[in-house]
Amino acid sequence: MTTLRTPDPPVAPPQAARDRRRDRPAGRRRGSQPEAFAFLTPWLLGAVALTVGPMVVSLYLSFTDYDMFTSPKWIGFGNFAHMFTGDDRYLQSVKVTLIYVLISVPLKLTVSLLVAMLLNRSRRGIGFYRAAFYAPSLLGASVAAALVWRALFMGGGPVNELLAFFGWHTPSWVDDPQFSLASIVLLGVWQFGAPMVIFLAGLKQIPAELHEAAAIDGAGALRRFRHITLPMLSPVIFFNLVMEAIHAFQAFTPAFVIGGGRGGPADADLFYTLYLFEVGFQDFRMGYASAMAWVLLAVIAVVTAIVFRTAKLWVFYDDAEDRK
Amino acid sequence: MTVLPRTARSIGWHVLCLVIVAVVLYPLVWLAFASVKPPDEILSRLSLLPTRFVFDGYTKGWEGAADVGFGRFFLNSFLVAGLSVAANVLSCSLAAYAFARLKFRFRGALFAFMITTLMLPYHVTLIPQYVIFQQAGLVNTFVPLILPKLLATEAFFVFLIVQFMRGIPRELDEAAIIDGCSVYRTFWHVVLPLSKPALVTTSIFTFIWTWNDFFTQMVYLNDTEKFTVPLGLRLFVDTSSQSNFGAMFAMSALALVPIVLFFLAFQRLLVEGVSTSGLKG
Repeated sequence: MTTLRTPDPPVAPPQAARDRRRDRPAGRRRGSQPEAFAFLTPWLLGAVALTVGPMVVSLYLSFTDYDMFTSPKWIGFGNFAHMFTGDDRYLQSVKVTLIYVLISVPLKLTVSLLVAMLLNRSRRGIGFYRAAFYAPSLLGASVAAALVWRALFMGGGPVNELLAFFGWHTPSWVDDPQFSLASIVLLGVWQFGAPMVIFLAGLKQIPAELHEAAAIDGAGALRRFRHITLPMLSPVIFFNLVMEAIHAFQAFTPAFVIGGGRGGPADADLFYTLYLFEVGFQDFRMGYASAMAWVLLAVIAVVTAIVFRTAKLWVFYDDAEDRK
Repeated sequence: MTVLPRTARSIGWHVLCLVIVAVVLYPLVWLAFASVKPPDEILSRLSLLPTRFVFDGYTKGWEGAADVGFGRFFLNSFLVAGLSVAANVLSCSLAAYAFARLKFRFRGALFAFMITTLMLPYHVTLIPQYVIFQQAGLVNTFVPLILPKLLATEAFFVFLIVQFMRGIPRELDEAAIIDGCSVYRTFWHVVLPLSKPALVTTSIFTFIWTWNDFFTQMVYLNDTEKFTVPLGLRLFVDTSSQSNFGAMFAMSALALVPIVLFFLAFQRLLVEGVSTSGLKG
């Protein structure tokens, strides 16, 4: 996170740089201000009692059989072995989640970038459009929005009817194993506003002279997009990609609601977190649920690490020289 | 670039934008009308407008479930969201001030740790946290929903406020210190008032996220008495009979009203908050 250049830093860089230089030696050498810990106490308590402590316990639980009522029984790698060899529903949840992440994230980023480019000009009404496109990002995560979505995509609902009007007769999306996940993907894409706003801020940072110079040299719109917009925007794309992927791996509410609380038709909407909830809080197999949580953490960490690693191949930092 | 005259291009652009607006806002408009349609019309007629306006859904839905009215769910949601906002603003700004301005050992390491927790899936701490609250007899109360916020576990907001405080000229708090202000008073009278924009952003997002939160509330609240709005709406998830549609959409529409109002009141700030800090909606 710290390595990212956020599109519109709230801090004026020179001031921040001065601050950092000024207090680093003092902070390290001359010890602490006693007041600091008074300010930090709530956060430290939370970090120890609600983050680090529970993480250690959850790691331990992942190697046990634990139902909350009897004490945990150590079973070594049993939970992990069961996940990948004996639990078809687990594998199904992995499959569903991976498909969801792989389709919804690129789709959402593409839509948000295209709309951001559409809005990147100075015309009347920009504020209205920007706000209207952003609204679903705030509403979309709610149960209410998911209930609406489910009705829209039901058999005989508006989506069915509209597609039938154009000659495409689809089954009830929410009840069909093939279409059900697609409706959840679309619910995710509907919330394109948040990355769009970030893209828009990024686009505003690209100096207009670059486009003007390229246009004079005869570059068309597509080539300017490919050779100016994309590279200049790559840090923002990188940021949005990481955040959206982390987010998508943990999607829960839409899958719960649209899948009717039980994973949808033929477990087609059995998202990872949904299955984790079922295992932990309906079956009370808390050791297994902890193990699942750690696999999720590992997957998110690996995916993030891969994105960070490949970043130097495609993320372009304008200020590369003065970073040395 | 100048193939078309300016006005024609401008009109084309507005048409395109309005088409997208129509698609994006359609589900919300649809919901608003569905909530006042006769139940048998909700899915059977494509027209947005009802043949006659029916408010049965609102009266029926408001009765709630198991003798607990929906008004109670709203009250609970407002209580949880309100306390969360207060807890988050207080605890996150305290931690942020330490990170942004004070000197202490391991500051760099602790800050890096805080940033890492931004990416931590909530599920890794979920089960032990649940066991702790269960042992303390706090399951089925609002404590598990609010205590984490009182202890600044939402690193997003700590980070947001740190970033903002770093932008406040240091000369201001140095002047206060030289004039004899204690660190506490400098925080309270100088830095905190100057951080108001960040605190407002934190409040709005905390409110909306808590209002929408479903997972944690479902895990911790079991009694219908304690239900929040998302849990009240959950009762509609299993029922697919059309007779309930009126109540379901009426309550869904009501559930979105506070967010819509917040959005209309603060949309500039919200959108700017997102673009400067990368907060997700």
